[in-house]
Amino acid sequence: MSHDPKAAKAHAHPTGATYIKVAVILAVITAVEVWLYYIPAAVASPLFNPTMLAMSAAKFAIVVLFYMHLKYDHKLFKALFTGPLIVAGVTIVALLFLFGQLRIG
Amino acid sequence: MSSHAAAAHAGHDDGHAHHHYTTTGLDNKKIAIWAFIGSECMLFASLISTYLIYKGRSIVGPYPHTEWVNEAGQVFKPILDIPVTSASTFVLLMSSMAMVLALQAVQLRGTPLPENASWWERSQRSSQGWLLMTAILGATFLGFQAYEFTAFVHEGLTVKTNLFGSTFFTLTGFHGAHVTVGVLWLMTLLWIDRTRGLQGPKDELAVDIAALYWHFVDVVWIVIFTLIYLIE
Repeated sequence: MSHDPKAAKAHAHPTGATYIKVAVILAVITAVEVWLYYIPAAVASPLFNPTMLAMSAAKFAIVVLFYMHLKYDHKLFKALFTGPLIVAGVTIVALLFLFGQLRIG
Repeated sequence: MSSHAAAAHAGHDDGHAHHHYTTTGLDNKKIAIWAFIGSECMLFASLISTYLIYKGRSIVGPYPHTEWVNEAGQVFKPILDIPVTSASTFVLLMSSMAMVLALQAVQLRGTPLPENASWWERSQRSSQGWLLMTAILGATFLGFQAYEFTAFVHEGLTVKTNLFGSTFFTLTGFHGAHVTVGVLWLMTLLWIDRTRGLQGPKDELAVDIAALYWHFVDVVWIVIFTLIYLIE
């Protein structure tokens, strides 16, 4: 049986040290989120909500890619997760527009 | 290499399940857990959107981020306790790290350990230690949630008080139920590991599936923490 280098790459999971680094990054992002929450000027800024959402999305992606190994996993698993995730996200936004919580302009 | 075997090699879990070829080349249980997680995305999306739709529409307090004074002149402070929830968020994030290290420990089982291995190299093989740590951190998160719910009830917010209470308790309660299931699942794996040891492709897959569930519960909380607690 020949050895497929692509398959070997797909198996190359992060090491324990990488998992620790990822945990530190997650903790730092969370600390920054909470720190910003306690700065009134930051909360009053129109950039506050987008910044918070971006940091949350970054944490979400880091956990999914590294801890859930989706970065290294088969594309079918990626499709099974990202498909419903996109539908869920679009549904939330659509409902918020429908019920007037989000408005254009 | 046959087409099935080649397809299996393209998957992440093939090395754990050479004995079980399927039309996709991937293990059905792993496909099932990803499909389940996809369906859970939809469940939590419905709960989160319900919370957001009713956000700011409560007629009476207590409110999450602002003070409320009732007809009797009683002042209710903003009810969300950010320091406590930040701590519980940190605990859940660390539990994910412990979980992925537990999976790694099971996967490393059977590989030779150098004689002069460091403490860290040895501890990376301790699946029972990491599973126990994950379960303890999960239970700690549940303790924080029980404390939070109890404090809210004492401060006058129940599931029937207002729209915020109804949607908040439903969303976080569902998440807490998922964490509870995860802790029970982890305790079961820990018990199996202590009695006969987790080893071989089948057990690796069992831990992998439990880990995926646990990490999903973590990412849901990442979203909830930002949308409910931090964004006013």
